[in-house]
Amino acid sequence: MDAETIIIDSDAGVMCARQKGRELAMAIGIAGSDLTLIATAISEVARNIVQYAGQGKIEFRFVEGRGRRGLLIVARDQGPGIADIGRAMEDGFSTSKGMGLGLPGARRLMDDFEIVSEVGKGTTISMIKWGHSQ
Amino acid sequence: MDVPILKQGDYLIASILGALTDTALTRLQENLVRSVRQYRSKGVVIDVTVLDVMDSFAARTLRAITVMTRLLGAKVVIVGIQPEIAFSMVQLGLNLEGALTALDLEDGLALLKAADKKEQDGFRRHGR
Repeated sequence: MDAETIIIDSDAGVMCARQKGRELAMAIGIAGSDLTLIATAISEVARNIVQYAGQGKIEFRFVEGRGRRGLLIVARDQGPGIADIGRAMEDGFSTSKGMGLGLPGARRLMDDFEIVSEVGKGTTISMIKWGHSQ
Repeated sequence: MDVPILKQGDYLIASILGALTDTALTRLQENLVRSVRQYRSKGVVIDVTVLDVMDSFAARTLRAITVMTRLLGAKVVIVGIQPEIAFSMVQLGLNLEGALTALDLEDGLALLKAADKKEQDGFRRHGR
């Protein structure tokens, strides 16, 4: 599969992205509660895009490593960026009306999680959920 | 897609029928609170059996509904939280604080009725 991309510019896009993520994860044999964890993590990062950047996109890609297949999810926006990533990843920290659980929560739901952000340029979050080894 | 709200005696039942956008959740909050006032309902059951994701926004909205409804003198029971949703909620660090929960619609309605009966009995006893 080449990368699949979902444009995120409204809450309909958020819903679309989490359904796509669930569907693609199933395609590589991820099942059960992991599907819900993936959809929930996507929902959090996608909402972050709508809330802070207004628009952005989420790309999905299959990856392989250590004998397993995984789903890589990359959320990109060209919004205001995050000045203090350390604080943004703390539970309970939010600059909007959220509970501040979105990003740290998404990190807990996924296996790998990486965030790169530059003020004035945007934010990119990459996260992976690995399937079970074959 | 809006969540239908059914009136059953003193109670309201809101059954979520599929994945919900944030906008639909916010509308549910407004409609439910308005309906509790309009029908003088004593309790609300929100059925989330088919909800695909309980993320921070959904949990926050359900908590807001619980608090607002309580301010109007009614109780809320959230029913049908699936095991994988419960699992993801714990991982995310979400909880529904003061909301009552029950396994399904039937148990939720029974819980509301039992709570009402207890209150009435207590009222009778103390009020002589």
